[in-house]
Amino acid sequence: LKAVILIGGPQKGTRFRPLSFEVPKPLFPVAGVPMVQHHIEACAKVPGMKEILLMGFYQPHEALSRFLLSAQQEFKIPIRYLQEYAALGTGGGIYHFRDQILSGGAEAFFVLNADVCSEFPLQEMLEFWQGHRDAQSFVILGTTANRTQALNYGCIVANSDTQEVQHYVEKPSTFVSEIINCGIYLFTPAIFQHIGEVFQRNQQELVLEESSNGWQRAEVIRLEQDVFTALAGSGKLYVYKTDGFWSQIKSAGSAIYASRLYLNQYSKSHPERLAQNKPGGPVIRGNVYIHPTASINSTAVLGPNVSIGEGVTVGAGVRVRESIVLHGASLHDHTCVLNTIVGWDSTIGRWARVEGTPSDPNPNDPYAKIDSETLFRDGRLTPSITILGCSVTIPAEVVILNSIVLPHKELSRSYKNQIIL
Amino acid sequence: AGPLALARDLLAEGEEPFFVLNSDVICEFPFAALARFHRQHGGEGSLVVTRVEEPAKYGVVVIEPDTGRICRFVEKPRVFVSNKINAGLYIFSPGILKRIQLRPTSIEKEIFPAMAQEGQLYAMELQGFWMDIGQPKDFLTGMCMYLQALRAQHPEKLHSGPGVVGNVLVDPSAKIGANCVIGPNVTIGAGVVVEDGVRIKRCTVLQGARIRSHSWLESCIVGWSCSVGQWVR
Repeated sequence: LKAVILIGGPQKGTRFRPLSFEVPKPLFPVAGVPMVQHHIEACAKVPGMKEILLMGFYQPHEALSRFLLSAQQEFKIPIRYLQEYAALGTGGGIYHFRDQILSGGAEAFFVLNADVCSEFPLQEMLEFWQGHRDAQSFVILGTTANRTQALNYGCIVANSDTQEVQHYVEKPSTFVSEIINCGIYLFTPAIFQHIGEVFQRNQQELVLEESSNGWQRAEVIRLEQDVFTALAGSGKLYVYKTDGFWSQIKSAGSAIYASRLYLNQYSKSHPERLAQNKPGGPVIRGNVYIHPTASINSTAVLGPNVSIGEGVTVGAGVRVRESIVLHGASLHDHTCVLNTIVGWDSTIGRWARVEGTPSDPNPNDPYAKIDSETLFRDGRLTPSITILGCSVTIPAEVVILNSIVLPHKELSRSYKNQIIL
Repeated sequence: AGPLALARDLLAEGEEPFFVLNSDVICEFPFAALARFHRQHGGEGSLVVTRVEEPAKYGVVVIEPDTGRICRFVEKPRVFVSNKINAGLYIFSPGILKRIQLRPTSIEKEIFPAMAQEGQLYAMELQGFWMDIGQPKDFLTGMCMYLQALRAQHPEKLHSGPGVVGNVLVDPSAKIGANCVIGPNVTIGAGVVVEDGVRIKRCTVLQGARIRSHSWLESCIVGWSCSVGQWVR
């Protein structure tokens, strides 16, 4: 049994800028721990998991190598990075590396998108698949969305008794189904035969017509549009529906929402990661993660949904809520940080107020998902999470509201609803 | 001006001149100098004028240079006529009451122009600061001017200590917490409680209010018995 985690590359994940300038998006900390570590942990827990492969088109990167090394040591399972020579799409990469994936006689393998936040019911998916015991059956993890938001995802129509996928369409313009694709799959080696057919077809098309997009290659294969759509109705594709928490992590705002979901999970899975109220310590409300090397004044009030990174200093009388504070940042006395991501090594001066607008899904709708926000609407910046890039300096006594500040910027006054380059 | 007619009996009694003041004005109130000025010229009324930078925003007063007699009033002049405006402080001899009937009357529009024509109205220029504090934002500007004058004349009345910046007036019954930075230009009323870590600049905090910890206030008027929560901006 193996797992492949698709981590993309620099051309992907651009909605995550400016945070993705410093660190590859899959390594961005969510609930105190790199995004993709949650995936690795879930995979390592599945009995029989032999190897985890990270696949993407990032160049060899010091942070990535360091992370892989420490993850291998912590989870005691081989973890390798397979670098695609170009962006090959969600299907092209695994097809290219099919020999590596199947080496050692893998009976089945998971494929997970790195930019999702999930409970990862991998064991349950495996048991569901074993119920079929069919080398030709593949499983997609699905969840329920509301009618309007389902259009933003891959939509799955399934037989209610057998869960066989009868129809699949990616981001339709009209309503098809409320069951959406979570970006987590369980395949057998037989999948490569189907991907291979798409590959052949692409090659033939390239010969037949001049491709207007010169960069279009035969090897670029999208699992969703090219493979699932064709497999639907053929008796080979099944959906395993989950009600567990799930969210995409596309924008910085969704990182804060995903943090909240994982921090909630910690009360069962990693209670040691949640900060507790202690005499002489800061006031903790709700779920808060504090790195052991952070230094927090006892009069600060943190939470709910706060992650404090390595070496962060939080001064007297500071209030932090629904925010992520990244490594090395410094919050001076009496500051107020709400709905914000504070970049690595940034400084926030005394009495400053740094505030964003949350983009949470409607709490009254159990199937609501976080909106894939566009940055601008009608020429105005939509109120959203405030993001401070790396090494940003905010002076004392100003207010920064609904703004995005690019790295290494030293502000001199207040800003509202702006992108500061 | 109508109300003056209501007080006719009280005012006419002593045959002495009486002051009339607009209450929404703040300045250094030169009552003694004004009384002297009025007796010297012997006219029916004297008013205080102050010099402003933008006279076109107000009604201006045109004054005879040697005597101080008022020639006329011009409302919001389009060309420069004078830079002196009516400061809202007057002193009148009881004879003026003959001009005032018991009905709504504007003294500036109805009484003064007639008096000026008869040469009965004189103007004294105000020294020091002046502000019309009818609007809240002008109230704060006036407060700053007042505190600055206080610094010059009675610096011992101003508050000093750790965390106090510039001109700050604090009632003795008010309590200020630790690690606060108060000022410049702040007045704090009776019984006010300011908790720890509060920053206040250019504000008036009225009696009984409570400012909770780590808040930041600038250019505010905090009303009586208000409560401002923690970490408020």
